[in-house]
Amino acid sequence: MFGWLRDHGIIERNVILMAVLTLITVSIGGLVQVIPLFAAETTIERVSGMRPYTPLELRGRDIYVREGCYNCHSQMVRPFRDELERYGHFSLAAESMYDHPFQWGSKRTGPDLARVGGRYSDDWHAAHLRSPRALVPASVMPPYAFLDRPLAVADIQDRMRALRTVGVPYTDEMIANAAADLAAQATPDADATGFQGRYARARQGAFDGNPAVVTEMDALVAYMQMLGTLVDFRDVTPAQLRQP
Amino acid sequence: MAAATATAALAPGQVTRAAEAGYVEAPIRAFAIATAFWGVVGFLVGVAIAAQLAFPLLNLDLEWTTFGRLRPLHTSAVIFAFGGNALLCTSLFIVQRTCHARLFGGNDAAWFLFWGYQFFIVMAALGYVLGITQSKEYAEPEWYVDIWLTIVWVAYLVVFVGTIIKRQEPHIYVANWFFLAFIITVAMLHIGNNISIPVSLGSSASYAAPAGVQGAMIQWWYGHNAVGFFLTAGFLGMMYYFIPKQADRPIYSYRLSIVHFWTLIFLYIWAGPHHLHYTALPDWAQTLGMVMSVILWMPSWGGMINGLMTLSGAWDKLRTDAALRFSVVAVGFYAMATFEGPVMSIKAVNGLSHYTDWTIGHVHSGALGWNGFITFGALYYLFPALWRKKGLWSEKLVAWHFWLATLGIVLYITAMWVSGIMQGLMWRAYDELGFLQYSFVETVEAMHPYYVIRLLGGLLYLTGALLMAFNLWKTVTSGEARAPEAQAASAIPVAAE
Repeated sequence: MFGWLRDHGIIERNVILMAVLTLITVSIGGLVQVIPLFAAETTIERVSGMRPYTPLELRGRDIYVREGCYNCHSQMVRPFRDELERYGHFSLAAESMYDHPFQWGSKRTGPDLARVGGRYSDDWHAAHLRSPRALVPASVMPPYAFLDRPLAVADIQDRMRALRTVGVPYTDEMIANAAADLAAQATPDADATGFQGRYARARQGAFDGNPAVVTEMDALVAYMQMLGTLVDFRDVTPAQLRQP
Repeated sequence: MAAATATAALAPGQVTRAAEAGYVEAPIRAFAIATAFWGVVGFLVGVAIAAQLAFPLLNLDLEWTTFGRLRPLHTSAVIFAFGGNALLCTSLFIVQRTCHARLFGGNDAAWFLFWGYQFFIVMAALGYVLGITQSKEYAEPEWYVDIWLTIVWVAYLVVFVGTIIKRQEPHIYVANWFFLAFIITVAMLHIGNNISIPVSLGSSASYAAPAGVQGAMIQWWYGHNAVGFFLTAGFLGMMYYFIPKQADRPIYSYRLSIVHFWTLIFLYIWAGPHHLHYTALPDWAQTLGMVMSVILWMPSWGGMINGLMTLSGAWDKLRTDAALRFSVVAVGFYAMATFEGPVMSIKAVNGLSHYTDWTIGHVHSGALGWNGFITFGALYYLFPALWRKKGLWSEKLVAWHFWLATLGIVLYITAMWVSGIMQGLMWRAYDELGFLQYSFVETVEAMHPYYVIRLLGGLLYLTGALLMAFNLWKTVTSGEARAPEAQAASAIPVAAE
């Protein structure tokens, strides 16, 4: 059975052979585990409600990434009773289908955020981000008061185009109206019929309390307030959730 | 000193050949200094962020010093700056001596690798502090840094393989198998996990090509094998050279080396999904990852046995040689971490341990105990060798370093076991009326004492590393020079049959 070991000298004398055999050996596991996942019909549940991020939510997500929120907050509710009661329905693969990259996280120094949307008021989020311990005395979260500064929006169309390249279904109309949609979402009383038509269930608001300036705080709060709200689980059937 | 065997037997003339070869050394000295330097930096940032978790005021109300930005700085400084420089240093040192060949590309190529790699580290680190990140753990550098690293890495592969091709030994020594697998696999992982579209050519930002569940699987295929190949295969290369050299014994079993090598590199790649248990990743992938992770225990311990049993007949050296003590205890921590890992990859255990500090403790028993200690052992061997000194400036300081670091690790990992298991249990605790017993923030509050103990452990480990840096500095500047004829008397450690 181990007779081949006696011939190992052949490999030990030929570095190219050793390199090629090594590459083959280390490729197998990844190929087996990764490639089948791209068969989306068996990986992504067939639920309705998912849509691309609005321009403001997208910029909020960029800030979430920039600040490394994933280092302490997961976005992946597991199918356990306690997590159902603490956070809500377990997370679906479909719910991160437009996340480039995913933000599932690996550590909960703070709570899971996959379904934080709508749980607290906009005011609570802004105040909590500015000074976490003012609201939650035992929190160890860093303060993010510096997010009260104007949001950089100049490259929003480039960002949406880059995402379209990797598969997010942004339409030409969405990209053309990106700047206007971004401003409309951050201004509660703006006329937003076009915006609402392009992004179902998107909510307008003065997320940081000040409608005059669109800030990074607006973007981050808008993003957090939509997390986990797109799929309406009252409409979801067990058959739709099946992953073989 | 070395048993003659079928593999890499020493020809009588090898000492002369070694002296004639004129090895490349100056860039390797630079790598050795960089290893010690980045080690201290990485440990220091680790202590800083550990302190932030215990005392959040230390986030300093500045955007550049929040935990979220500094944590990647810590992980990258330790893995890629400290570990990476250690790997480049030792692999380039070892490949020349075990092949009896001057480094392919000579000094110029090695200096390119040195400065190219330091440039990568500084670019990545600056990005983190400024908020430029891909948000993929251990692969945070953005697209332009990734491209630069790819160039440096391909040059590294060329230099390493080129030297092996030039070798004067018929067989490739076992340490070089592991280094080769490490270089090839890290290239594959780095490219596979960093496919992304820049927002524009003038923008530092990019979006990853895969989304959601596929992206998660690819990331942890990468992430676990950053552990498996960067922090394991490469460091096993160090084990297979420095332990036989320091103990002056041949490797315990040549046959076990072969089985160890091929089974380890085959199995590690499959273990990624254990980072994604109970997530939206399909069940078949989770189960496959769990099964392979448990099987991986065997090659891990096979290699551990091969390393430890090399001490057969030389165990007494542990009493007198503090540097060897580091190398051997490193293998002990490797054994512990590679047992704990498969246990934590079992879904039922993972349901408790995942998202908690238990994972952090596990990683640190590997990083501090295995990677740190094997590197310290190598540095204590390399500095006198590279600077032609009779020995280290102070053996006593090495002993102090050893005990401070060991105590530091014990405090660190026990604190994380307690806090991790406790937090996992508190999250799922119900009161007698059937309600969740603890709010999330109560579980955060309960962590505080353990975070303080962890901080203390980290401080001890950092103190040890500072003693090492001082000792190495004094070795270079005021160590006693070695007699010139002793220089060439280095031989390859070889495997016993």
